[in-house]
Amino acid sequence: MSSTAILGNTEERVQELTSVTIRFAGDSGDGMQLTGTQFTNTAALLGNDISTLPDFPAEIRAPQGSLPGVSGFQVNFSSVDIRTPGDEPDVLVAMNPAALKVNLPDLHEGGILIVNENEFTKANLEKAGYTSNPLTDDSLAGYRLIAIPITDLTYNALADMNLTKRNKERCKNFFALGIVFALFDRPLEPTYRWIEQKFGAKPDIAEANRRTLKAGFDYADTTEIFTTHYRVRKANLPPGKYRKITGNEATALGFVTAAELAGRPLFYGSYPITPASDILHELSRLKNFGVKSFQAEDEIAAIGAAIGAAFAGHIGLTGTSGPGVCLKSEAIGLAVMTELPVVIINVQRGGPSTGLPTKTEQADLLQAFYGRNGECPVAVVAPSSPSDCFKMAVEAVRLAVTFMTPVFYLSDGYIANGAEPWRIPQLSELPAIRPVLRQDPTGFLPYERDEQTLARPWAVPGTPGLEHRIGGLEKQHRTGNVSYDPANHDFMVRLRAEKIARIANFIPDATVEGDPEGDLLVVGWGGTYGAIATATEELRRQGYRVSNVHLRYLSPFPRNLGDLLRRFKRVAVAELNLGQLDLLIRGKFLVDTVSINKVAGKPFKVSELVARCKALL
Amino acid sequence: MTEPLKIAGASDMPLNLQRTDFISDQEVRWCPGCGDYSILFQVQSVLPKLNIPRENLVFVSGIGCSSRFPYYMNTYGFHTIHGRAPTIATGIKVANPDLSVWVITGDGDGLSIGGNHFIHVMRRNLDVNVLLFNNRIYGLTKGQYSPTSEFGKKTKSSPMGSIERPINPLCVAIASEATFVARSIDVDTKHLAATIERAARHKGVAFIEIYQNCNIFNDGAYKPISDKEVRADNMLYLEHGKPMIFGKDRNKGIRLNGIKPEVVTIGENGVTVDDLLIHDESAEDPTLAYLLTQMNFPNFPVPMGVFRSVSKPTFEDLMAQQIEVATARGRCNLEELLNSGDTWVVE
Repeated sequence: MSSTAILGNTEERVQELTSVTIRFAGDSGDGMQLTGTQFTNTAALLGNDISTLPDFPAEIRAPQGSLPGVSGFQVNFSSVDIRTPGDEPDVLVAMNPAALKVNLPDLHEGGILIVNENEFTKANLEKAGYTSNPLTDDSLAGYRLIAIPITDLTYNALADMNLTKRNKERCKNFFALGIVFALFDRPLEPTYRWIEQKFGAKPDIAEANRRTLKAGFDYADTTEIFTTHYRVRKANLPPGKYRKITGNEATALGFVTAAELAGRPLFYGSYPITPASDILHELSRLKNFGVKSFQAEDEIAAIGAAIGAAFAGHIGLTGTSGPGVCLKSEAIGLAVMTELPVVIINVQRGGPSTGLPTKTEQADLLQAFYGRNGECPVAVVAPSSPSDCFKMAVEAVRLAVTFMTPVFYLSDGYIANGAEPWRIPQLSELPAIRPVLRQDPTGFLPYERDEQTLARPWAVPGTPGLEHRIGGLEKQHRTGNVSYDPANHDFMVRLRAEKIARIANFIPDATVEGDPEGDLLVVGWGGTYGAIATATEELRRQGYRVSNVHLRYLSPFPRNLGDLLRRFKRVAVAELNLGQLDLLIRGKFLVDTVSINKVAGKPFKVSELVARCKALL
Repeated sequence: MTEPLKIAGASDMPLNLQRTDFISDQEVRWCPGCGDYSILFQVQSVLPKLNIPRENLVFVSGIGCSSRFPYYMNTYGFHTIHGRAPTIATGIKVANPDLSVWVITGDGDGLSIGGNHFIHVMRRNLDVNVLLFNNRIYGLTKGQYSPTSEFGKKTKSSPMGSIERPINPLCVAIASEATFVARSIDVDTKHLAATIERAARHKGVAFIEIYQNCNIFNDGAYKPISDKEVRADNMLYLEHGKPMIFGKDRNKGIRLNGIKPEVVTIGENGVTVDDLLIHDESAEDPTLAYLLTQMNFPNFPVPMGVFRSVSKPTFEDLMAQQIEVATARGRCNLEELLNSGDTWVVE
């Protein structure tokens, strides 16, 4: 397993490891996200498999040195295929007492603990709630504590530079990064390149960062604070060209790609919201693909404009998180009634209400299914990892334009901000998306339907002879005229449901990982794939008859799902909510499932899933 | 006042359209005698003059009596949800700037539930025409007070009188940087048609507040100013570059006293036409236009016509320009985009 690297302190100068998990933790102003990202980029470029878990507070700068202000970035890098950022860090870098206090409980027993001892002042210890200094009171005896005066050493490295004290201090995260690079025998060049790119226009700041990084590296290399250094070899990934990608980046690229494949321009309406804003930033940069990004006045305007753009022939896309979906609900109903191709991205976060804006959760599944007035079916898909966001974005658009329907795309904070290597696909590997814009006025009726898909024609303003009116009032079958006829309403409600149900004929079957029958099947969906797949693999290694099936298409379910479920003695549904998919599966398939839940704002740990599954066996 | 000639969606070839070309096959279902009929008729009468083919016209509405409007137009139409018509219109216009897009809304739809979108569609200067039917009542829900109902108004939901002060749609439009702001009234069909045509020819957001009578729930709301016998005395028709004169005998006018307008009589106390305020709809500074919105009956005649008409770049043009600039720098191909950034190869 990824998180059980044994960082031995042997006679050997260099020890080979399969995988290592490092967590960088500090104050939210200490640059821990940047530090972790730089380490990740270097690991990726060296060919390791990687998986990351940024964990930061909702406050931009919470009170300095306080427990709520702690920001962390965890990266798991490996010479084998990994799917999670690791349960327990093997190495913890704590830049102050608060970071130590918050993160120490997760550190692997015997793990390496690097702390900036300069920050362990009386005042900072008090802020973190320490009554005595853990660096001196022996409470850290179970770890390999390495206390380094990082702040002082940073100042020393920059002593002859004419920079403000503040600017010098801001370099200290790079000193820490240098130390960790040395510990794992990593090159500094990728970070040098980044510094040049970022601070090229400010040569003194660039020089200060370079120097500090090098100073940290040299300090760790020459002072022999680490008697052993560690090496993690290249991972044996499938051949291809790779890049590191976060879920939000992959989402943005996926939708641009889908629009290109469909030959229709992409319109993105969005209102800034954590953790979805990065998608707005990414798409706003891609104007050279004709992307029309629109920062709306509110969530409703964002989807309203997307619906308008879809009516006018664009791929209508809107992105938000749970609270924003609440506001969009009525408009989603309008898109269902008017049968327009709109995709709603929900990067789920902890709820209800404002909840935990920067933490992950999967508690908006039933909202996507049912959170509207009336019988209001939509398609729902959910990417299973950062790189899978690309594929599922393309799928969301394919379904939206093929079936003329709103599609929910349920990402979550964990995969949105987490990163992993992405094998860049060849364009020829991507599915064809062929929307048909109606041109011929002969016999045109706005609500006539394709026999197979039940989609209505996409008839866009500007097309002569197709002038028609649509709206939220119930439609008469075929003509689309307003109709209050009871029988017609009953018919149309069933027709809209049938249209969504037929999508099942156009999506792949679900696949079981492990044996197709056995004692336990773990069902998951969306961003929990990595943890569930790793856990069931571990259980199989231990001899248990456990398999897993992971759903990326939720509405409708894959056609074979019911059959798969019935081949196992027990079925457990693992999700980061109180049992929402569980409820749907019980209701749909009458299977007596067990619900494995967690709603802590954090992803599943592999070890907790292993333990929960064992209890069922 | 010269307006730019090219109207979005208009054809270069004469189309010879008639009013009847714009009548849809749907039965009109407003109450007999409703002011909406007049507005519908005037819009259908003006459209042939604009030479826009039917397929390039989109009428977008929210919810309310006025919002049934698109069903009666033989053009593209979208009857959306309450208050949100400006948002859907934004998506349509941005997706295809060559369409002529019209937003039909009411006082409740546009100023209450949709107040936020109203502000933002104005400030962005999207090239759409916004017609707000103001009847000062909720009609479709059968008679509650609206955001433009007068203070003290007794309705089903305010049996002891409304304790809310009304909002002035023109003030909101001007404060929101609208580039074309006008007012007209259902019963003055000639003026209404002329105002609609002016709005349609304006490049940028064009807002018209249309006083409209709801003969079921708020009958006679505008009677004191709109009745034929009193109209000349109680309305002031604004004309660009002309002094503000009104009255049956054309002997009353508006003079500025410090920063306050006042009613004067020409020929009395030495007042001549030269003392009167000259209307300047093209003034960059919105102060005068705002001042006119504050003239309320019975202390003043109610101004009708174009309060403000200035030229500013439109939202959809600015967006198209940015895309053009970005594309000129190099329309990236998809393969390049996917392969951008730091990459590595696994053999």
